[in-house]
Amino acid sequence: MTDARAIIDNAVKTNDVVLFMKGTPQFPMCGFSGQVVQILDYLGIAYQGVNVLDDADVRQGIKDYSNWPTIPQLYVKGEFIGGCDIVREMFQSGELQTFLTEKGIAVRQAAG
Amino acid sequence: MARADRISAKLTAGLKPLVMNVVDESHQHAGHGGWREGGETHYRITIVADAFAGKSRLERHRLVNALLRDEFDTGLHALAIEAAAPGEAVRGL
Repeated sequence: MTDARAIIDNAVKTNDVVLFMKGTPQFPMCGFSGQVVQILDYLGIAYQGVNVLDDADVRQGIKDYSNWPTIPQLYVKGEFIGGCDIVREMFQSGELQTFLTEKGIAVRQAAG
Repeated sequence: MARADRISAKLTAGLKPLVMNVVDESHQHAGHGGWREGGETHYRITIVADAFAGKSRLERHRLVNALLRDEFDTGLHALAIEAAAPGEAVRGL
């Protein structure tokens, strides 16, 4: 296993929710990454952000890891969920909240 | 051939879409990550096809991504995808 793959594998398996993104949750460097950050923050999800811009091998490696050509990529309990479009559609339909709750991830309930 | 035309041709051949719209949004990302002189980096696709029926979002996106692998390998940087089966609501047209 290459270093990058080991780094990715470790991040995916040791964090309940991990977002591979450009920039950090505090300072997203890409609009698509930023959208997913906004959704996760809105839902009050505790997650680990991995900035792929910090490591070119991880940036390429994460595309190979799930055979997915773009970033961001969201993983929950080791499972690849999708990129920005899929996360946004799941959020808008309420599926994301249901899915996370079923996985035992704490989700902030929207104020009445 | 412009990338948008190649995308349209590949998706048409691979998925026989009932409805398809390919928009080059590269200009909206000028100066941002992945953008480059000459554009052809950022696209938005809305596509309705029988092939998506009964498939998850992940499976639908994988179908599209696989058909466009060569484009990703040659500078396609971002692809927003709305993939619907016939009868499903479509927002992006």
